Amino acid sequence: MLRKIALWIDERLRASELFASTAGHTVPASAGSWFYVFGSGTLFCFVLQIVTGICLAFVYVPSADEAYTSLEYLNYQQPLGWYLRALHYWGSNFMVGIMAIHMAQVFLFGAFKYPRELTWISGCVLLLLTLGMAFTGQIMRFDQDAYWGLGIGASIMGRTPFIGPNLVHLLLAGPIIAGETLSRFFTLHVFVIPGLLIALISLHLRLVLTKGINDYPVPGRKVRKETYAEEYQSLLKKEGVPFYPKAIDKDIVFVGVVILGILFCAAYFGPKGPQGVPDPTQIHAVPAPDFFFLWIYAALALLPPYMETFLLLSAPVVGIALLFALPFLSNTGEKSARRRPIAVLGVILVFLTLGTLTQMGTYAPWSPEMEAWSGNPTPAHYIQGRSPLELQGALVLQNKQCRNCHSLGGEGGLRGPALDGVATRLTREQLIRQVIQGGGNMPAYGKNLAPQEVTALVAFMETLRPVDVRAAHDSTK
Amino acid sequence: MAAQEPESTQMTPAGVSRRGFLFTLGVGLNAVAATLLAIPVVGYVFSSFRRELASQSWIMLGALENFPENQTRLATYRNPYTRPWDGKTADIPCWVRRLTGEKFQVFAINCTHLGCPVRWFAESHLFMCPCHGGAFYEDGSHASGPPPRGLYLYEYKIEQSRLWVRGGRLPTLSEPL
Repeated sequence: MLRKIALWIDERLRASELFASTAGHTVPASAGSWFYVFGSGTLFCFVLQIVTGICLAFVYVPSADEAYTSLEYLNYQQPLGWYLRALHYWGSNFMVGIMAIHMAQVFLFGAFKYPRELTWISGCVLLLLTLGMAFTGQIMRFDQDAYWGLGIGASIMGRTPFIGPNLVHLLLAGPIIAGETLSRFFTLHVFVIPGLLIALISLHLRLVLTKGINDYPVPGRKVRKETYAEEYQSLLKKEGVPFYPKAIDKDIVFVGVVILGILFCAAYFGPKGPQGVPDPTQIHAVPAPDFFFLWIYAALALLPPYMETFLLLSAPVVGIALLFALPFLSNTGEKSARRRPIAVLGVILVFLTLGTLTQMGTYAPWSPEMEAWSGNPTPAHYIQGRSPLELQGALVLQNKQCRNCHSLGGEGGLRGPALDGVATRLTREQLIRQVIQGGGNMPAYGKNLAPQEVTALVAFMETLRPVDVRAAHDSTK
Repeated sequence: MAAQEPESTQMTPAGVSRRGFLFTLGVGLNAVAATLLAIPVVGYVFSSFRRELASQSWIMLGALENFPENQTRLATYRNPYTRPWDGKTADIPCWVRRLTGEKFQVFAINCTHLGCPVRWFAESHLFMCPCHGGAFYEDGSHASGPPPRGLYLYEYKIEQSRLWVRGGRLPTLSEPL
């Protein structure tokens, strides 16, 4: 009976025909590889994001006034609200991560070469859209990070020559971050970008069907425009298998592992934030972006100021242009990573750079530690047996916020050098000059310290050295 | 499959089939409709490209006695560019430094590097930014770190022994206060 109904429907819908020509399309047997699972992994993360996103939208209020309250409601009152928020957050992390692996794999396997240029380009657009989702999603969690994150975005936009103010206005939906800003980002996050994503994913998959999945690269088997199509067809004839059911097994396993991974992370780590009401008058905020943008946060701190605006505005354009141009810069030839050392080095370089910057972003050594001066103790052995003048100096060091940038005994800011052992590096004269005139990224304290405070401070710093190491001295004396 | 309609092959004196004419008319009609639709939609979304000077206006920060001489204090105001659903986001802080008498400096909260909130440290007379470590002296000038210029200054006036500033927009490098 059920079979009859199914057949009746299928006769009208022709679903089995569609299924056979899409999921059942012929792929080279070699494409049923563990390296080929990341695309479908990314796709399923997206599906999961849609499901959890719709669930969140049932409760979330996209209003600057009430978004924060509704997030708190989701976290603490709505049954399982915290878990849905966690799933959506971890789903995004997994999606960005797996997409990055997918991209690296496709690059290393030469899959962007003839005739799959458009597949690569549509993938690049998908990358940008996904990052757009990540940024706008961070704004949906409308807390202090979101508020100041918008300020950072606006400040970058504001550096654009001529149309900077207009771009800021366009981004914020007004001259300043306010109610309409969140509405704008909600629209982008929930309607505009997902719509574009679905369209681009359709194109991306359509191209996989029309141009075929990349055959597993073999060193020495070069891509030639004249012969490639023929070679690919003969490969399909020789060792082609239907994607479903012959080559899909590993994809299914991977998707299962990914979903379980997201479920586990969501349950174990829980949702992120919201961290503090988005009230700009709470100026004790220490804004930091989500994981995937930490590298940008780090780069912004480390770029030399004179080239910062230029790089901020040109690097994304050049980077994106290069990504799009890649299949035309290297259209034919070797696909195998074994014969493309520069490609391998390039991937390693990119991942090392992003990894290092991200890692630095997690502890932000360039940021002063705002509470170090009042909160961090002076190590006991730096005060024991010191003269009153030196003790006075220890107080000056504490009270004048030196520790916000300089650590002592491993505690305090990392912006400037640690002061343990400073007496072995700088003489008394050098210490005085550095304190009064500043320099090398240190403000001048000349106007802010009384002469007796400088004397005490320097007297204290002269004691900061291990007993068995000689103090810095001027050899001309 | 629709049956072939006989009139489709009938030619008008000018040599244009009725179907061809209708198709051209349809395309033309839709082109006009699309343009008429696009004008308000594009105008709505990109309204920011029209200069809006009205976003800046005078805001009262408080009585002069709230700001002792030679001190820097945090003041907050309700942003004039506001919507009923802004909530707390329309409460904007700023740093008010009173030198002597009626001489003031009113600084925007936003760091000139990337807009993070700078914090005043009265002991060391410095503003520090928590994001990328920018620091400014008490007069707002650049002390260290990545900011390309000193703190943004509000235009101010004193009327009826109250301090007023001109504000309303997020200050950026290309459009300071």
